[in-house]
Amino acid sequence: MNDKSKSIVGLVIFLALVIFPVLYNFAVGGAGPRPELELPEGESRCVEDKDFMTAHHMDLLLEWRDAVVRQGKKNYTSQAFGEIYEMSLTGTCMNCHTKRETFCTRCHDYADVDNDCWGCHVEPEGQ
Amino acid sequence: MNVFISLAAVVFLFLAGLLGAGAGLDALFGIVIPYIAIFLFLGGLIYRVMIWANVPVPFRIPTTSGQEKSLPWIKQSKLDNPSSTLGVIGRMALEILCFRSLLKNTKTELHEDGHVAYGSSLWLWLGSMAFHWSMLIILLRHIRLFIEPVPGAITFLHKLDGFLQIGAPVFYVTSFIFPIALLYLLFRRLGDPKLRYISLVNDYFPLFLLIGVGISGFWLRYISKTDIASVKELTVGLMSFRPVTPAAISPLFYGHLFLVCVLLGYFPFSKLVHMAGVFFSPTRNLANTNREAHHANPWDYPVKVHTYEEYEDEFREKMKAVGIPVEKE
Ligand code: HEC
Ligand code: HEC
Ligand code: HEC
Ligand code: HEM
Repeated sequence: MNDKSKSIVGLVIFLALVIFPVLYNFAVGGAGPRPELELPEGESRCVEDKDFMTAHHMDLLLEWRDAVVRQGKKNYTSQAFGEIYEMSLTGTCMNCHTKRETFCTRCHDYADVDNDCWGCHVEPEGQ
Repeated sequence: MNVFISLAAVVFLFLAGLLGAGAGLDALFGIVIPYIAIFLFLGGLIYRVMIWANVPVPFRIPTTSGQEKSLPWIKQSKLDNPSSTLGVIGRMALEILCFRSLLKNTKTELHEDGHVAYGSSLWLWLGSMAFHWSMLIILLRHIRLFIEPVPGAITFLHKLDGFLQIGAPVFYVTSFIFPIALLYLLFRRLGDPKLRYISLVNDYFPLFLLIGVGISGFWLRYISKTDIASVKELTVGLMSFRPVTPAAISPLFYGHLFLVCVLLGYFPFSKLVHMAGVFFSPTRNLANTNREAHHANPWDYPVKVHTYEEYEDEFREKMKAVGIPVEKE
């Protein structure tokens, strides 16, 4: 007697777990593509260059928060472009990226990021 | 020496991934090697498990750690010495989820004045639990990169793991515990001369590999970030067999990924395969029914016998001729 049948059952379960992402993506009819983001019209650039913003925007936001809340500073000079911005989540970022739903949230849902900033900060009224 | 070889190997592999992808080989490191690694992982695991599965199951080994099932008024230790399948499942679950055998680890010390002392030794168990459980949680969290839409349970796990709510992206407790526990396991080997003496490259290499994966992942999340949406395009592409290599991904990601691929390919052929092997532990997975049921030796084969009747049939005439009494005339 050996444990062949039990071992095969175990292997099948393990295999199913490993290829779960493949099965899941098939089951939902193909994983959704990278979402299209609505970029602000009439603006050609962000606060910093695009690659930095895509990967490091949360660093910038925290830097702003600390500068405003702890050091009482007001303005930020863009390192890439030299332009001066007021450090404000609602007043600056959301002034260009007016629709959170089709920009921040769309990308965050895709990457499964969930933040609580909007429990306190106000969003621009839908335009 | 073993330590330095292993460390150098891991550093070399990491740099190979980092510089290779930096030099424009992203299709190699992002598509070809991951597929090969998954193939080696699954194929190798099936191969190893099927070899074990073909080995005859040994006689049940009663462990001494608990009272076996006996007379009705003697209390049985149902988890340590189970006699039913349910009990065995309980014992296996405790072993796999809580590393109960490791918990029973003891140490023996010879003191200055010559007396020997035995004590329980919990650090190995603690370090091991911390490492394995945080790795499991990290792997479950990584699912967000592989499927779309992401189920709520995974988002919940993120919230739980990020309960400290420090920084952005939020700091995950497990991403810290993972390398720390591994470093403890490494220094445990290095710190004890007896242990160092018996440690081989096969012991250090997986440790350094996992530490490399952990630290490069940590670096990728908290220090030198990359575009996670593009990473997800790559992983989801791999998972749906439409591979792509988006340009926005940093070489550091490929360093992380390459170490993971090496880990996957190495897994079935190294000591790490204890992940599957633990299910085959004969002292853990067999109910103690030694006195209750008959257990035939699994490698008994039908022995060819020659009975007296057949013997007599064969030699009857000769026996009669010399006057030996026969049973049948
Ligand atoms: C002056 C208007 C403006 C402001 C203010 C602004 N952005 Fe942008 N943002 C843009 C534009 C335009 C782009 C597209 C840049 C490109 O394609 O080169 C962009 C791109 C981005 C991206 C990258 C999107 C992608 O496709 O990867 C992120 C993330 C982002 N912004 C976040 C922010 C955050 C966070 C703030 C506040 C700190 C902010 N932006 C402030 C105009 C702005
Ligand atoms: C508990 C409520 C709360 C939460 C949650 C919160 N903030 Fe704030 N935030 C504040 C307050 C209060 C200030 C100070 C406003 C001021 O001084 O004008 C502030 C200031 C800031 C500022 C600078 C000033 C401004 O007007 O924008 C930034 C940037 C900022 N927060 C970013 C964030 C980000 C990013 C998150 C999410 C990760 C977040 N905050 C979550 C309460 C909150
Ligand atoms: C291109 C996709 C993308 C866009 C657009 C984007 N984000 Fe993010 N954001 C991310 C990713 C990915 C992370 C998490 C990074 C990680 O997990 O390593 C993140 C994290 C954050 C965090 C930290 C969350 C945490 O973990 O607590 C904040 C705050 C944040 N984003 C704010 C914004 C705001 C505000 C906008 C819109 C102006 C925005 N983001 C637009 C991709 C994006
Ligand atoms: C053995 C398998 C793996 C281990 C142990 C591991 C470990 C880690 C750790 C500890 C982190 C730090 C952040 C966190 O805890 O989430 C991390 C981040 C990361 N890992 Fe892995 N990883 C593994 C496999 C993979 C694979 C297969 C991929 C993709 C193909 C991957 C992509 C990433 C990315 C993109 C990040 C950054 C995440 C972020 O910024 O939120 N990892 N990894």
